[in-house]
Amino acid sequence: MTLFDWTYAWQILPDLLRASLNTVGITLVGFLIAIVLGLFLAIARRSRQVWLSWPATGVIEFIRSTPLLIQVYFLYYVLPNYGVSMSAMQVGILGIGLHYACYIAEVYRGGLDAVPRAQWEAVTALNIAPYSAYRNIILPQALRPILPPLGNYLVAMLKDTPVLSAITVVEIMQQAKNIGSENFRYLEPITMVGLFFLALSIALAYLVRRLEARLELR
Amino acid sequence: MGELLPLLIQGAWVTIQVTFFGSLLAIVAAILAALGRLSPWRALRWFSITYIEIFRGTSLLVQLFWLFFVLPLPPFNLELSSYTVAIVGLGLHIGAYGAEVMRGAISSVAKGQYEASTALNFSGYKRFRRIILPQALLAAIPPGTNLLIELLKNTSLVSLITLSDLSFRARQLDQATFQTVEIFSLALVMYFILAQAINFGMRSLERRLARGRMRGGLS
Repeated sequence: MTLFDWTYAWQILPDLLRASLNTVGITLVGFLIAIVLGLFLAIARRSRQVWLSWPATGVIEFIRSTPLLIQVYFLYYVLPNYGVSMSAMQVGILGIGLHYACYIAEVYRGGLDAVPRAQWEAVTALNIAPYSAYRNIILPQALRPILPPLGNYLVAMLKDTPVLSAITVVEIMQQAKNIGSENFRYLEPITMVGLFFLALSIALAYLVRRLEARLELR
Repeated sequence: MGELLPLLIQGAWVTIQVTFFGSLLAIVAAILAALGRLSPWRALRWFSITYIEIFRGTSLLVQLFWLFFVLPLPPFNLELSSYTVAIVGLGLHIGAYGAEVMRGAISSVAKGQYEASTALNFSGYKRFRRIILPQALLAAIPPGTNLLIELLKNTSLVSLITLSDLSFRARQLDQATFQTVEIFSLALVMYFILAQAINFGMRSLERRLARGRMRGGLS
């Protein structure tokens, strides 16, 4: 028996690639949820209203220090008891989006904190409405330095999608396991999944570094 | 709820063991890989970079499945218990992340410290062991704490390779009793408490290691 069966690998490649589309899709939609929700969480946490900032802090810290797997189990098995029924895929995307929203909220918070105080004071002095202040003055300054860390979280999120296989989402890892158990050969499918993640994360990390270099203020 | 707690605590005990031994392995792997990465020998440097990139670039679950499902089959024929796989997999995975932290910490030690220990005729090993490492470890503690919490959270994945940790027990109990809300809430709270314990422990460790250093004098 050869170490790595190339014909077998070639044969299962289409199935794996089809499942990899799910992985990429979950990552992209989840990331979209995370960057939007993360912004609101960050603003809430920085709010001077205690009824807003305390719950936001609590949620962020709690979600950040508990495992994604249990959170996803919670959503998947508890929500149906309250009449909310979602497919495993929807729960997976929501779960991973929610989990990373809390990480990303902290990134936003760092960016917002780094905006010079005078800018906030100027916004107040000029009587600019909060929405317009964030939209036109604060966010453009806060976002620029945090784009690279956001990119890193995109990579981290991509690598966390296999966790969703635990609630029967068929992403690339689940597919590899299915293929492996059918043929009783795990070496090729799991190695190929590893290479898939390696290639994608190295490529994304390279893009993030390029972005970082381009954003460098001269 | 009374009958749930003992079983969950049994699971949490496995989680704690895996976290503890995994962290030990991770710290050793991180220091060795960071040294390899900074080494003057090219072969060693490339070996470390390969290790770091492979374990950082592929997903942890892929690594655990690889160790658990691929190794027992030919051509490897190496059967490891799920407990061993959990510790080795988590330790090497977090170790690869830790290597980058350690590398930063080692290179953050002031250059004068290296020069001083050379001037005092310390051997390379002694210089690293007595002068550089203590300072580097101190600098590595805050980012290291985050990694340890990451490790704790990642232990939940070992339930997918049949180790009966806290997550595994929670899932099992849920299937047996259908007290879904209580079980998963309890599990989440237990993980949260463990994470806070790591946080607290590392902060007091940092204070202890930094003793005498904060009070000024030579930095």
